[in-house]
Amino acid sequence: MKKNMTYMDSVHRYGKIWGIGISILLISFPIVVSLVFSAKPEWSALAKGLFATLPMYWAVGIIEVLTYVPMLGAGGTYLSFVTGNISNLKLPCAVDAMERANVKANSEEGEVISTIAIAVSSIVTTIIIILGVILIIPLTPILESPVLDPAFAMILPALFGGLAVVFISKNVKLSILPVLLMLVLFIFIPALNASTVGIMVPVGVVFTVIVARIMYKKGML
Amino acid sequence: MQFSVNSPILYIMVGIIITVVLAQSVFFLVRALKRAKELGIESKTVKKTISSAAVFTIAPAIAVLVGVVALSKSLGIPLPWLRLSVIGSITYETVAAGNALEALGQNAATTITDPSVYVTVLWVMTISIAASMILAPLVTKKIQSGMTKIGMKDKKWGEIFSNAMFLGMISAFLGYVFCDVTYIADGLIQGLTPVCVMVVSAVVMAIVGLLATKLKIRWLTDYALPISLLCGMASAILFTHIFGGYEITAAMLSEVSA
Repeated sequence: MKKNMTYMDSVHRYGKIWGIGISILLISFPIVVSLVFSAKPEWSALAKGLFATLPMYWAVGIIEVLTYVPMLGAGGTYLSFVTGNISNLKLPCAVDAMERANVKANSEEGEVISTIAIAVSSIVTTIIIILGVILIIPLTPILESPVLDPAFAMILPALFGGLAVVFISKNVKLSILPVLLMLVLFIFIPALNASTVGIMVPVGVVFTVIVARIMYKKGML
Repeated sequence: MQFSVNSPILYIMVGIIITVVLAQSVFFLVRALKRAKELGIESKTVKKTISSAAVFTIAPAIAVLVGVVALSKSLGIPLPWLRLSVIGSITYETVAAGNALEALGQNAATTITDPSVYVTVLWVMTISIAASMILAPLVTKKIQSGMTKIGMKDKKWGEIFSNAMFLGMISAFLGYVFCDVTYIADGLIQGLTPVCVMVVSAVVMAIVGLLATKLKIRWLTDYALPISLLCGMASAILFTHIFGGYEITAAMLSEVSA
């Protein structure tokens, strides 16, 4: 038990140090660029750009942290919120890994498996992008070819179809209500689309947990 | 110093940051691998986790690379490279850069030559994305220990809770797949593409699952997700061909309502 505490505590300690360190590094990047090229931002355009972007992004950002932390585990979270691409890469990767290793997100085994999957995924992504940047001139015509364009645009449906089969087939009873609710909401509310799906994730999660609690109490699960 | 969106000094700075980010992943990977051994997780399971995570990542990572290429027209290579390797995601960064360029009266297709325009875009993208990056190190411990307590208090409920979270997340994305179905009544059938792609991916996953258990091909289960992902993506090319461009634009909608 004591050892268990030690590993989790050290994950949190190092996670904080890395996270805050990299945050400082990223925020100092624009400052250094300004100094190197002795250029000031155009303040009114900066204000306008932030006004259009910031409220939505900060809201989604805060919601994402609160929703994804329990699913990604501690180590997975510290890595994911630095390397990004969570819903289209890190989260499905971690979920799939934990499912196949048959471990739960809220156990230490789940924590370890999720961290391994996300770390490997981050490393592979970074390397692929580095290779892509080096080979950008020969690769651009392929990556921009109109034939392949729909394949890249449809990553999320192609990803969640497969994941849904795995999870729904194992939890048929529990999945009926949440899936129905989300279908109705997305089909009938036009404002719900690609850019607002991030806000609907916590709605789906909270709703499903409540349904699960009720069914569990009634002995239906 | 003479400014250019592809200035070597920008490459050097971005290269340094990305090296640090890579080091963080390696650091956590090494520690988790050590801990897995201590916990007695079979090395076979660990190896499978590593190989299938790596294989799965390839296609989505290439999609991210497409985002780098798209943004590099106006912003050069170093900035999109940084933004999409570190915290960014394609949808966010494209919109953030677009908003900043629009505020500056710049076209997303022309290369930036004015350093102050570049710095402005850089600040908008950095500040907009900073919330989760700063928040995560501050609240993760609290949330995580709460989760562990649920699991310890009632083991069965802990497992159901964990499943319910993932189901809730997946149901939201399933709903999203259907978001443009509404417009079929207006004659815009593009919205069927994501639905069909999702169905193909689901069917492939079911077939792979059946094959793996019936014929006892164990390695198939490890690559079931990347296989269904790739089949889904390939089918997107076909369905987009049948149903037309996958994006329903505001112009299309106003034409319909008019």
